[in-house]
Amino acid sequence: MNSYLLDTIKGKFPGEVLDTHAFRGDETVVIKKEALLKAAAFLRDELGFDFLMDLTAADYLPREPRYELVCHFYSSRHNYRLRLKCPVEGTDPKVASLTSLWAGANWFEREVYDMFGLMFEGHPDLRRILMYDGFEGHPLRKDYPLKKRQPRLAHRD
Amino acid sequence: MGLETVFGHSYLTTRLDEAVNWGRKYSFFQYPFVTACCGMEFMSVWASTYDIARFGAEYPRFSPRQADVLFVVGTVNEKLAPVLKRVYDQMCEPKWVVSFGVCATSGGFYDNYATVQGIDKIIPVDIYIPGCPPRPEAILDALVKLQEKVARESVLDRKYK
Repeated sequence: MNSYLLDTIKGKFPGEVLDTHAFRGDETVVIKKEALLKAAAFLRDELGFDFLMDLTAADYLPREPRYELVCHFYSSRHNYRLRLKCPVEGTDPKVASLTSLWAGANWFEREVYDMFGLMFEGHPDLRRILMYDGFEGHPLRKDYPLKKRQPRLAHRD
Repeated sequence: MGLETVFGHSYLTTRLDEAVNWGRKYSFFQYPFVTACCGMEFMSVWASTYDIARFGAEYPRFSPRQADVLFVVGTVNEKLAPVLKRVYDQMCEPKWVVSFGVCATSGGFYDNYATVQGIDKIIPVDIYIPGCPPRPEAILDALVKLQEKVARESVLDRKYK
């Protein structure tokens, strides 16, 4: 599979790219989480990816590393896209924040923290964004009980 | 028959409940608590094709203190539940609640960590409307049913605070 983007990134970070694939043009790079920040900076400054479209995560329990951070980038100058993923370990999950590169990462990372409990190092204001104060746990984790509710008001009946 | 025979056409005798309920059921001031897509159907009931004004309930009050009927239109989640309770508590007696659509009625297909499984977990409900979303006719049907329910009530029934 020849891809300018994938070849460039693999050439730049040979030891840190874990995997790449491209299915019908959705180029994806899986990278070690230690290299996330510098790879993202490379994408922004050298390859023209000026827009962080989405940042989310997935829980692959019981796999280890358990979580995967997923970032979607878009270049408005060149009209191409790239997905950058990095595995994050299950115990004490920490990953670098992208807020220093894209201010828009702020609320995305708060949502990922709220739903999955991933800690973003360097985030200026890491607190819940969707769930309310007093909510315990992270509801999109696979080990969060399916129907566990935490009502703010006592229910009638 | 009664006073009318003595006073001619100047008087009409009735029971107090009948007169009060007649006034109440044809002049609902509603508070639309609209949270989701059911709101689109609710809006069409206001518009000319279905015209809820024919039933005297066309006037939305966006202050619960001036409203008689609380229409809970759409999904209510646990985060929102205290807000709904507060809106209900601010309404003056007599007050009624209509649960609009399956989400408000039972949580609908949202059976998860976030969604209240029916607003009757939070506040008492008078009329439930099924449907996802309900058709406008179903809303008018519910309104007529609520009018019938109001007509059966007595001014002595409710505890006024």
